Amino acid sequence: MSATAAETWRRRAAEQNWLVRLFDNKAFLIVMCLLPAVGLLTVFLTYPLGLGVWLAFTDTTIGQRGVFVGLENFEFLFSDPIFWNAVFFSVFYTGVATIGKFALGLWLALLLNNHLPFKSFLRAIILLPWIVPTVLSAIAFWWIYDPQFSIISWVLIELGLRETNVDFINTAWPARWSLIWANIWRGIPFVAISLLAGLQTISPSLYEAAMLDGATAWQRFRYVTFPMLLPILAIVMTFSIIFTFTDFQLVYAITRGGPVNSTHLLATLAFQRGIPGGQLGEGAAIAVSMVPFLVFATLFSYFALARRKWQQGETND
Amino acid sequence: MANIITRRSILGAGAGLAALGAGGQAFAQSRIRTAPASPPNLPIENGASLRMLRPVRFVQPDEEVFRANCARFTQQTGVQVRVDFVGWEDITQQTAVTANTGAGPDLIIGFNEAPHIYADKLVELTDIAEYIGTKYRGWLTLAQRYGKRHGTNNWIGLPFGASGGPLVWRKSAVNEAGYQAPPDDHAGFLDLCRKLKANNKPPGFALGNAVGDGNGFANWLVWSHGGYLVDENNNVAINSRNTIEALNYLRDLYPTFVPGTIAWGDISNNRAYAANELFLTSNGVSLYFALKNDPATRHIADDTEHTLMPKGRLTQSPMAGLTLNAMVFRHSRFPNAAKALLTFLMETEQYDPWLQANLGYWSQPLEAYSDSAVWDSDPKVRIFKDVMRTEFYIGYKGPISQASAAANADYIMVQMCASVASGQATPEAAAREAERRAARFFRRR
Repeated sequence: MSATAAETWRRRAAEQNWLVRLFDNKAFLIVMCLLPAVGLLTVFLTYPLGLGVWLAFTDTTIGQRGVFVGLENFEFLFSDPIFWNAVFFSVFYTGVATIGKFALGLWLALLLNNHLPFKSFLRAIILLPWIVPTVLSAIAFWWIYDPQFSIISWVLIELGLRETNVDFINTAWPARWSLIWANIWRGIPFVAISLLAGLQTISPSLYEAAMLDGATAWQRFRYVTFPMLLPILAIVMTFSIIFTFTDFQLVYAITRGGPVNSTHLLATLAFQRGIPGGQLGEGAAIAVSMVPFLVFATLFSYFALARRKWQQGETND
Repeated sequence: MANIITRRSILGAGAGLAALGAGGQAFAQSRIRTAPASPPNLPIENGASLRMLRPVRFVQPDEEVFRANCARFTQQTGVQVRVDFVGWEDITQQTAVTANTGAGPDLIIGFNEAPHIYADKLVELTDIAEYIGTKYRGWLTLAQRYGKRHGTNNWIGLPFGASGGPLVWRKSAVNEAGYQAPPDDHAGFLDLCRKLKANNKPPGFALGNAVGDGNGFANWLVWSHGGYLVDENNNVAINSRNTIEALNYLRDLYPTFVPGTIAWGDISNNRAYAANELFLTSNGVSLYFALKNDPATRHIADDTEHTLMPKGRLTQSPMAGLTLNAMVFRHSRFPNAAKALLTFLMETEQYDPWLQANLGYWSQPLEAYSDSAVWDSDPKVRIFKDVMRTEFYIGYKGPISQASAAANADYIMVQMCASVASGQATPEAAAREAERRAARFFRRR
């Protein structure tokens, strides 16, 4: 009997062929599971990114292989007022549009968090600007801002409030504000819906406790809602800053960087120089110069807004 | 120069085409006078087949006739031809990829400077160009400029036609201002524009980032004052007295424009003109056809005239046509077949019907086709007959190069003008800034 049992046990051991043993190996499993993700990231992320960085240090043009030129592209850009104007406008655009989106988005989220008739329907409607492909809304704004056929100008003139068409995009500052407004309009739903999700996770008991303590509406917002919302606010703001800073479609469809380059963002300037202008190296250098700004913005959101102990599952003391 | 194609224009042109097919060929042949020439001996390779890229059509019959011509080539020679029609904005990139990878289509019809950028990747076309030139009584100036390598007689491109943007104006408005037609000198032209503005029928030219219309106007402004971007030796020469005079002139001219032209794209002047808000501008023939083919705007078309841009200080009106330029790649395994196809397409039986199908959108590169019936189809289109009879081209007066194309695509001239018009810069500062930007493109590599 003992012989039979031993035999059975030995046979089972023998059945574990090399493949089974291989798949039982933890190191091998880790490599296998990571491989598709690493492969995808390498092919579609690391390689294009690496190539872009490499191009920034060459004088490649469309049609000609470049040679390594070191920092020459950056040296030229740093002496180029158009580049600095794009840096300024990118930062300004991102800053103002983000503030606008968060102020209005948070307000909208607070409104939607109340019990309203047709609540779900309203929430769906709110998302529309964000659902519509950006290029479509950009073309709509392009018409709204048209120097000759703007509907806003038409209405104002019909109402007798103005004599002439409104100058939306024909001079530098009006063009900048018009683009920022278009970006805010488009970005509000994303912020509002994300913050609404955050609001709904806040336990009603906290508000009840605050009301028992006699807290006013402002105090309830300041000491309950806002701190509880901070973690999601940090994440949403990080995303929003990245999306806004790298915006391309709105500017390209509405002004193409005009009038006289005053509304170029770094992304549109990189495209303009790299593809229509043919200077791939210089375009890549402009794109690469966006990286420090994005890293800074991300770190700022993360460290300034998201370092709360309770976010790591500890109590806040 | 937007291409607005209405269903009606297609139908109309299609009907004309059918008439052509029914027996127009003999007629067309009789009009085009040729000179004796012997074609080069190009034995077509065994089992040859060709792939070609070309920009998409303006009007439907363009594509139909082009495909029919290629099909006839297949019938006569047995060489299969596949033609792909590519969007205008993509053709430059596709040419770059084809040239750099040494794979893809055997021949591409690109725009303007393309063969000059990839000259070392192309088959020389001197033999067929000389044959065609002799037979059809000479290549026009712009064709020679875009076809031949700078300073030589070696052909690297075979121009197929060009499209220009002259003045488009409302006869009633110009007459009301006291002129029969826009005058040819700067002072007179400024006076006309001021009177148009005073009559609330303003002129307007694109000063925004509009590749066709913006560059067309900025180039005219500088060229007609004797200025130019680069000199014959490719030295940047934009910061000149002439340029500054041109910009000072613009400071007087711009206040007469309809508001908003600094934000204009290629389509904006078409819309404003069709809406009775603009009475003098520059554009391709597309605007006229769009107006003519729509009953609602037919009366505007009837009141519309085309004339060349004012000559200013020159003896010839400066206008650079957008040129179709064919090239054959060295990587093609059938260069003789490719050359034979290009020659075939330029012969009367193929080229004249194609020219007529295009209604004047494209203008011929060869003297003999000036007699084509297309130029009698509508007197208002006749002015486009001479688009390729010009000394001016993108990058005038330097050698055609990628730098001149890039300076054009980067709107250096347009933005120089727009910054002065908007009051952002003085003429001197704007010319210096244009010089700085151009120097970057024209730096020695």
